[in-house]
Amino acid sequence: MSVESTAGGRLKAPVRIPQKFVPVLVTAALFVAMFAAGGVRYEGFATGQIVLNVFIDNAFLLVVAVGMTFVILAGGIDLSVGSVVALSTMIAATLLKDGWPSPPVIGLVLLIGTLLGTGMGAIIHYFEIQPFIVTLGGMFLARGLSYTIGTESIPIEQPTFTAFAQTRIDLFADLWISPSVLIAAVVVAVAAYVLHYTRLGRNVYAVGGGEQSALLMGLPLARTKIAVYGISGFCSALGGVLMSFYMLSGYGMHAVGMELDAIAAVVIGGTLLTGGSGYLLGTVLGVLVLGLIQTVISFEGTLSPWWTRIVIGLLLFVFILLQRLITARRR
Amino acid sequence: MAAPAPILRMTGIGKQFPGVRALDGVDFRLMPGEVHALMGENGAGKSTLIKVLTGVYGIDAGEIELAGEKVAFSGPLAAQRAGISTVYQEVNLCANLSVAENIFIGREPRRLGRIHWKEMRRRAAALLAGLDLDIDVSAPLSAYSLAVQQMVAIARAVDVEARVLILDEPTSSLDADEVAQLFRVMRRLKEQGIAILFVSHFLDQIYEIADRMTILRNGALVGEYHISELSQVELVAKMIGREIVELERLEGKPPAPSGGPLIEAEGLGRPGAIEPFSLTIREGEVTGLAGLLGSGRTELARLLFGADHAGSGSLRIKGAPASLRTPRAAIAHGVAFCSENRRAEGLIPDLSVRENLVLAMQARRGWTRPIPRRTQDELVAKYVEALGIRPADPEIPIRNLSGGNQQKVLLARWLILEPRLLILDEPTRGIDVGAKAEIQRLVAELSDGGMAVLYVSAELEEVLRLSHKVEVLRDRRLVAELPNDEALTTDALMEAIAKGGRS
Repeated sequence: MSVESTAGGRLKAPVRIPQKFVPVLVTAALFVAMFAAGGVRYEGFATGQIVLNVFIDNAFLLVVAVGMTFVILAGGIDLSVGSVVALSTMIAATLLKDGWPSPPVIGLVLLIGTLLGTGMGAIIHYFEIQPFIVTLGGMFLARGLSYTIGTESIPIEQPTFTAFAQTRIDLFADLWISPSVLIAAVVVAVAAYVLHYTRLGRNVYAVGGGEQSALLMGLPLARTKIAVYGISGFCSALGGVLMSFYMLSGYGMHAVGMELDAIAAVVIGGTLLTGGSGYLLGTVLGVLVLGLIQTVISFEGTLSPWWTRIVIGLLLFVFILLQRLITARRR
Repeated sequence: MAAPAPILRMTGIGKQFPGVRALDGVDFRLMPGEVHALMGENGAGKSTLIKVLTGVYGIDAGEIELAGEKVAFSGPLAAQRAGISTVYQEVNLCANLSVAENIFIGREPRRLGRIHWKEMRRRAAALLAGLDLDIDVSAPLSAYSLAVQQMVAIARAVDVEARVLILDEPTSSLDADEVAQLFRVMRRLKEQGIAILFVSHFLDQIYEIADRMTILRNGALVGEYHISELSQVELVAKMIGREIVELERLEGKPPAPSGGPLIEAEGLGRPGAIEPFSLTIREGEVTGLAGLLGSGRTELARLLFGADHAGSGSLRIKGAPASLRTPRAAIAHGVAFCSENRRAEGLIPDLSVRENLVLAMQARRGWTRPIPRRTQDELVAKYVEALGIRPADPEIPIRNLSGGNQQKVLLARWLILEPRLLILDEPTRGIDVGAKAEIQRLVAELSDGGMAVLYVSAELEEVLRLSHKVEVLRDRRLVAELPNDEALTTDALMEAIAKGGRS
């Protein structure tokens, strides 16, 4: 009962633009189109600094979304990221106020975030509980913890942090970025390398493609699944550090709903919510698109900022439908 | 046999599942450089033995020795590290990754800690070339057919430094050429001293390739034999523990059907799935559907069940025009459909045998009118008995049953509804000889009782044995309708499939 002959002729996969690149290309096209449209409509919009400002204002979101990309690629979800960001800003601000120097503060915050993520990953894996519910628990836990530290906003006046907040790194031709953007760029580069060139990264794709298959292929399922939540926890904590550079305060109400922004960025970036397919570049583009929507709406001036949400909502629908079409055609 | 020491020795293996004793004191040994067939009906414990060996399940009793050392694997990874590789019946690879990655993932060639993609693709291509397979290794696995995916799985298993290679029904989705190719590879591996554990339901294949065999029945060891010691008939008798008389009884041609037309399809078709066809199925008639994989067999069946919408044509049931837009409508008209893909489309693994059985009936009554427990128990007892479902305890989760018994439960679910047309899509695939004979006997009885049956199967002998007439599909088109008379042989049928008509 042959489907295709295997003995002789070369079997070709259908030749066209590899389908796996289509979602990323669509997002890229969308970004370019938005940028061009903004440039036509508003004075002083189409400059490099506008794009860089999007990065400056969203460096923490980008870092959080990178962690989220790992989790979603592995077929999971992490709802705790926003709360972990808030908790990180709170811990950092409190310790700095008590006179701790910045390196141990940053180290401790990153450690706590990583441990939280790893713990949730371990519960998800060993007790076979849906990631949605476990990370929902983590979300309440982290948010609650930040309120037990303090209900008020705590300002940060420590010199290293303020230096990070105010330093401008000049690029060529009047363009500049903040140190946070540099950190986010390093995170993106390292993450892209890990996903594409290391066993851990490929295992993440394999687990997202089929957990049972990955197990039977002898891949370290437990290690991979726990690692992605650990990475997401680390990225959230680092996002929290970047946010405290940006806001110069620790507050339990920081980053409310950021988990949803991060998921939206990943999905708009073309990563399949079911896992196993997507690129980190897509996530970067996703964050850019979200940030550019905000910029457009602030240029428009008269529109309520809630229009950002409406546009993001519509975009999400479009991209999820697009994913559906692509996976349907693949069958 | 004064052979070298066994590479693998399992002694007194016991494994208990809730409600089922899957393995009971089984001994098994494997010599280096042999092909050893593991034989038994579905539910005899073959799969469990393999999963115990590869560490998917823990064992409750007994011990496993690999090359003289006692081992207990924590999982497939540990087993693979120790040199035991497995290729499963269903291709367990990641379809979203490339062919090359599927072969090498977990063992990717690396340079300075980073994956060396070029080297990986080169080695994957070389490895597949060794299996006479020339494909684009950077394409995703999902771009290729199941047969190719199977060969990729084997390539993966072979490339691991394997001392023991387990092939769990690798041939069930391969065609004759591909099987021959696989056997060439197996012989080559055998010469290298690899011990191969081979599971297949095709007895001819066993006799072609295997050196020795171990037979299991109901989780217990029957014996270990040389292939030359046992004829096929003796083997089957040992597997099922009784002589197969059912098969003999069916040898005579079925009597001609008596009833009038039940279903008349006129120019029914669906673009991209199947070209418009016309087909009449009479009451009490078994209609065989023959054709290659992908020729539109399942698509035709799904149209008649309303699982897909017809793009053109009309359908009459008992002379009255009917529109089957959903399976619910089809069920209301007395059409039942047993899917080929029983795991994904039919069974709910965590529900008990009883709950799975009454599901279709409950669905027809509507959820507001529950079936009384006593009626349920009566029905279930009746069908468990009639179909010989084992184990006979209706309260255990259906996932603990073997494939053949799951299939019987699925069949019983539809039979409770007393359908007028029963569509069976590959009901005997992956099922052992005994259960196969029982299902075939059942089909014959049902049609004698006036039920119309549309029987889809890749096995031509089976189609010929059961059907009153055979519909031949080719390239998604119904090309011929052949009455099952003296002149119709498997050869003639094969020719019709190949050429698109009786010559």
